[in-house]
Amino acid sequence: MALSPLWQRRLHKFKGNRRGYWSFLVFMSLFVVSLFAELLANDKPIVLHYDGAYYFPAWKAYPETTFGGDLETETVYTDPFVAELLGKKESWAIWPPIRFHYSTIDFENTAPAPAPSNERHFLGTDDQGRDVMARILYGFRVSVLFGLVLTGISALIGIVAGAVQGYYGGWVDMIFQRVIEVLNSIPFLVLLITIASMVTPGFWTLMAIMVFVMWVYLVDVVRAECLKTRNQDYVRAARALGVKDSKILFRHVLPNAFVAGLTLIPIVLNISITSLTALDFLGFGLPPETASLGELLKQGKDNVHAPWLLMSGFVTLAVIMSLLVFIGEAVRDALDPRKAG
Amino acid sequence: MALLDIKNLSVSFKGHQGDTHAVRDVSLQVAKGEIVALVGESGSGKSTVAMSVLQLLPYPTAYHSAESRIAYNGQELLGLSDAELRSIRGNRVSMIFQEPMTALNPLHTIFKQISESLFQHQAGLRREDAIAQVRQLLTDVGLEKLHNRLNAMPHELSGGERQRVMIAIAMANKPDLLIADEPTTALDVTVQAQILRLLKGLQQKTGMAILLITHDLTTVRKIADRVLVMQHGEIVETAKTATLFKSPKHPYTQKLLASEPSGAALPLKKKTKTALSTKELRVKYKSNAPLLPWNQTYNEVVKRLGITIPEGSTLGVVGESGSGKSTLGLALLRLIKSEGEIHYHGERLDQRNTAAMRPLRRELQVVFQDPFSSLNPRMTVGQIIEEGLKVHGIGATEAEREVIIDDMLHEVGLDAASKHRYPHEFSGGQRQRISIARAMVLKPKFLVLDEPTSALDLSVQAQIIDLLRDFQQKYGLTYLFISHDLRVVKALSHKVLVMRHGEIVEQGDTAAIFDAPQQDYTRSLISAAFAEKL
Repeated sequence: MALSPLWQRRLHKFKGNRRGYWSFLVFMSLFVVSLFAELLANDKPIVLHYDGAYYFPAWKAYPETTFGGDLETETVYTDPFVAELLGKKESWAIWPPIRFHYSTIDFENTAPAPAPSNERHFLGTDDQGRDVMARILYGFRVSVLFGLVLTGISALIGIVAGAVQGYYGGWVDMIFQRVIEVLNSIPFLVLLITIASMVTPGFWTLMAIMVFVMWVYLVDVVRAECLKTRNQDYVRAARALGVKDSKILFRHVLPNAFVAGLTLIPIVLNISITSLTALDFLGFGLPPETASLGELLKQGKDNVHAPWLLMSGFVTLAVIMSLLVFIGEAVRDALDPRKAG
Repeated sequence: MALLDIKNLSVSFKGHQGDTHAVRDVSLQVAKGEIVALVGESGSGKSTVAMSVLQLLPYPTAYHSAESRIAYNGQELLGLSDAELRSIRGNRVSMIFQEPMTALNPLHTIFKQISESLFQHQAGLRREDAIAQVRQLLTDVGLEKLHNRLNAMPHELSGGERQRVMIAIAMANKPDLLIADEPTTALDVTVQAQILRLLKGLQQKTGMAILLITHDLTTVRKIADRVLVMQHGEIVETAKTATLFKSPKHPYTQKLLASEPSGAALPLKKKTKTALSTKELRVKYKSNAPLLPWNQTYNEVVKRLGITIPEGSTLGVVGESGSGKSTLGLALLRLIKSEGEIHYHGERLDQRNTAAMRPLRRELQVVFQDPFSSLNPRMTVGQIIEEGLKVHGIGATEAEREVIIDDMLHEVGLDAASKHRYPHEFSGGQRQRISIARAMVLKPKFLVLDEPTSALDLSVQAQIIDLLRDFQQKYGLTYLFISHDLRVVKALSHKVLVMRHGEIVEQGDTAAIFDAPQQDYTRSLISAAFAEKL
């Protein structure tokens, strides 16, 4: 798809902001890397060659009997007994760089949990003996994915709601605005905690609850932009051509308002991630076994004698937030028509 | 020695795709007490020259060449420090700008804004003395009525009054040189004449010099001693005002003078049907938002108007801003709410709802004033023109529509390749052609033209008028031509309607109105537009 000259200029401007552009590149590579977390931190080999055949334990579960063991259950590759079994025939394996899944409890570690950094665990373990590095990797992925989906859904609802209010104005606008004011006046976390205590939150229920409060963020900007756009002569001209209201809204008004909404999206993403972390920290977030940054911070608070927990959680969050803020600034400047060059 | 002596001035702007050279090697002198006009179309660099004198350009994006010299009273201004420049700005050399609506700070009182430069340049000035000086300045600019309202805010004043306040601010420290950048462009014709008279009077009284920047040749003719014509960043001709208007030398000047709107409407066929008429047409806006519905008050913008437009003719609607002329145009097309009857070829438009209006939209089209806001910046020219075709099902396939679009673009004087480009790549005149193409592609019968030439340069105006005249002849179109510019109206209209405060002041055949106006208001409009002297 060819970009319009307007977007080419914006892209050029975005790339011109070096801090923002580099933040974007770093963030995207971190995100892409975390999508392949199973290949980076796992307690199963990526490829296993055993007795002339190839196995892919990271994707497929093989019972221990495959390798001459006794159990019908999935092979535990870290078990010394399994290692012994594999050693009996000609075999080799490619392991991920971190040999722990986020849920793996390392019983072999010499130091008691939470253990400080050693040669087995680069960032140490948490108070249940799980590798912190692996948990951060998976936690980052969950946070960003959750944030992206949440931002996407809220932005979609917010932009459409804002456009409808701004374009039609009058009573529609009046009622929507009051609803938003009511929503805004309820403390966000209290509302979430109340709902989360009534239903057991999973990934999608939590998502639904958070969309309920997050969609209002974009409404105001988009609404204001639409109020402005609907009085432009090109909207009048479209009405004079006999174009239907819904078409005018989607073809003439929304694309212009969308840009205004776009500048806010990195900020909304930021708020989404922070909110999820806060909920996890308070224990009302994702199910307890999920790897999450909020849970890591909570462990840090509970284990003050193990500063590596708090530090690694804090640094990860700080990096994500800073990168997103820098990207947000660059996006805002690139879309700002008043800034030349 | 000249008061202002600009030698070999060049101004360039840094940009992505190389630098733009806005002004090249311009030399000009302004003697003491002289009114010099710098004339040119938009983009000719005339404002850039004016801004260079007080160095108000966005440095360092803008920069001057090494040979550039600007001497004021023998003192070199380029390269002065900010502090030194400040002692000249608003003190010895003042400036007034085009847009009186935005040039004043909306949050400060008139007194504060006028006295600001007094306090800035007169050390130890006492408040009582400042008040006396401000009152004197208000008298000078003809605003005696504000003597006891020094705390008035800008929004309480009309456009003309605000421009007078701007002049008072500029005059505060009795400057030797006043730079006026399009001082009357944003004002109504009758107010324009008043402001020009005021400037001329002040100049004669104080003996200051004026450097007048304008695109409007009428203004120049009325007050300037000498005229410099600029084109593409260079001065192409310098002459005494009388000489220039009598015998222009440079081809560009000749073209400028020749493009003053001229000619008359095409002769009408005898006995034509009425295309459109109204009876008691009213448009009102809510003027407050009361808690109780019966406290609602209205502001009537168009008051019980009855008009008749014969088929194939042009009705020119003339009036100053706020007279309701644009509202009338929108109401006729049912683009805003109105009361009263609108008849179109025997049909009652006012009784049709949105859906019932839709099939008729093909015949009733509109072209707006501002070529920049009337085209969606995110659509290509092709998409813009195609939109109406799709709505009305003209051209069954994409290929068919493309042929229609190409023909239309050709007809308005653009090449077919334009359809792949975006509006911002075109000049104002070209954009207006696109707007006209968007309306004309539906082959309408009735076209509302809402100030279609006001935002355009003179030479482009003439082209657009010719284009509209051609279309009328070719397709027998009926026009409602709305404009504040009487010269354009005269060139295109069969009948003229003069509006003021939503009412008809006078209407009749064009020749009758212009040759023998019956009302004082019409007379003042005509004299402001056509008189050669103040």
